[in-house]
Amino acid sequence: MSDRSQLVDKYFRVDNLPHIWCPGCSHGIVTRALTKAIDELDLDPDKIVIVSGIGCSSRAAGYLNFNTLHTTHGRAIAYATGIKLANPELHVIVITGDGDASAIGGNHLIHACRRNIDLTVMIFNNNIYGMTGGQYSPTTPHTALGTTAPYGNIDRPFDLVRLVEGAGATYIARGTAYHTLQLTGYMKKAIAHKGLSVVEAISSCPTYYGRKNRIGDAVGMMQWMKDTFVEKRAYDRLDEEKRIGKVPFGEFVNIQAPEYTAVLAEITKRVEGRL
Amino acid sequence: MENKALLMQGNEACVRGALYAGMKFYSGYPITPSTEIAELSAEYLPTVGGTFIQMEDEIAGIAAAIGASIAGKKSMTATSGPGFTLKQENLGYAVMAEIPLVIVDVQRGGPSTGLPTQSAQGDVMQAKWGTHGDSAIIALSPNSVTETFYLTVRAFNLAEKYRTPVILLTDEVIGHAREKIFLPEAGEIETFDRLGPLEDRPYIPYGVEEGDIVPRFAPFGTGHRYNITGLFHNEQGFPSNSQENAQIMLQRIHDKLNGEDIIDFESLYCDDAEYVFLSYGSTSRSAIAAVNQLRKEGYKVGLFRPITIWPSPEKQIKELASRVGEICVAEMNLGQYFLEVQRLACGDTKVSHMGRANGDILVPEEFVARAKEYFNER
Repeated sequence: MSDRSQLVDKYFRVDNLPHIWCPGCSHGIVTRALTKAIDELDLDPDKIVIVSGIGCSSRAAGYLNFNTLHTTHGRAIAYATGIKLANPELHVIVITGDGDASAIGGNHLIHACRRNIDLTVMIFNNNIYGMTGGQYSPTTPHTALGTTAPYGNIDRPFDLVRLVEGAGATYIARGTAYHTLQLTGYMKKAIAHKGLSVVEAISSCPTYYGRKNRIGDAVGMMQWMKDTFVEKRAYDRLDEEKRIGKVPFGEFVNIQAPEYTAVLAEITKRVEGRL
Repeated sequence: MENKALLMQGNEACVRGALYAGMKFYSGYPITPSTEIAELSAEYLPTVGGTFIQMEDEIAGIAAAIGASIAGKKSMTATSGPGFTLKQENLGYAVMAEIPLVIVDVQRGGPSTGLPTQSAQGDVMQAKWGTHGDSAIIALSPNSVTETFYLTVRAFNLAEKYRTPVILLTDEVIGHAREKIFLPEAGEIETFDRLGPLEDRPYIPYGVEEGDIVPRFAPFGTGHRYNITGLFHNEQGFPSNSQENAQIMLQRIHDKLNGEDIIDFESLYCDDAEYVFLSYGSTSRSAIAAVNQLRKEGYKVGLFRPITIWPSPEKQIKELASRVGEICVAEMNLGQYFLEVQRLACGDTKVSHMGRANGDILVPEEFVARAKEYFNER
């Protein structure tokens, strides 16, 4: 019996499978990494809430056997904030995509980081709007092709790690669907972290992004991840010219800061019964 | 403790009503003329073990409130015109996912930023049709500080009972007016809590038990792991593309708002009236003053005031239209509820309109003149 099937039986709603993702999509690998992280942390599934927005990544919620909430486009973090405040005992994990989190939901992302509320945000970044058919997203590289960028993307992309660092997230990591062992480790630490944690999980969309940009099929995109993403410490040792075309992955921020619901609980304790 | 007379603003009465009903969560974004609701919620909620949060925008304000309701807390958000527009998508989500929630819209002049500090009743149709798709909604319209208190309690009760967002559609005049109010003692008026899962059977998140009106609600984290989505969904809460399922689900969401206890109205001298003003919210205060004066002068006038704006009191308005000479719909807009009354009157009687949308309230003298015009021309 493989490790994979045990996780599926334990954490997936098998009646809802097969999933809607295209053949070769990496979202399944990233979702599996998440369940592996939850499994290793040995959390009570009844106390886990998965909140997602809209897009391919956000469909993951419905396949997972937790308290799952599939919300509106971009708003998952705002819904999650309400849930966490209403019941701070819950582990609230947001599953979102690059467009959902950083375009339509960008405001909620940065403000959740600023508040340092104890949510874990998993951004499945496949550099494209997959569900609507391959339009460019805030993480589509400059000059890359999309169905709404037929002559090359004019926008410059967000570096999501630096964006959320600037906004105040207290745990930040980037992993990839190729480097799953490390990705699972980051997710585990992110969920255990007290405060706003973000894991950018580089995923792939061979159907739209890979095909359009001639990166290749599922295997080709795995190769692209392997070639492009370099572990942070190794990346830091590279000469500047060797860094061109490479992207670091790893843990970028891991600090402690006052967490929103904890501070709120102190205030409530102080003033409760006053009126 | 003796029940003392208090001087209170409409927006404060709303917060007091919400707390009386059991509000434990408020999230919103500052906007005139609703801001006092946020400020007082921020002050009072932590004192009763509740939570207030000022979110980054209007959209997050309603989204967080829905999230808190899903986790089991009675939740509210408040706003005004521009913010109400921004909340519409997630209002539709709460309708679709059947999440209890109270949304207060203290109306101000529009369109757009409009007249931030002046009153209007221009969001009546937005309350009904603002979110996309064939939605169904309850909207209540208070015309005094005291009624704001009671209708806020009622809004929570209806939201919990029918698992639906309820809009408290007030306006700048009512929100900012200061009036005398006697607050009820705890337990004096009924408050309703959503029904939880039955223990003797498996929980079906979107299945309606025999004898129930709506599915039972299991807050997240209480051991019933299920899915909530804004997509059409089956009884288990999972997305479904079935057209048959979509039809049944949408029909149920509409049918549940046929509840007899939802409709509320005030009828003043309508029994023998020949000419009837139909008015609601702050505008109805001028109408009441005018009708009382006209009655003293011997004119057969009446006032019909929908307190539940949506669903509209169809039966009562139709009955009225079948026997009066004219219904004059008076409202602070260019003719919104007028359309609804016209629809219901269906040619049975003349339906006229009196209103404007420049921030200037309608005064009793205008009502008096309008009615006299009718009787003089007869």
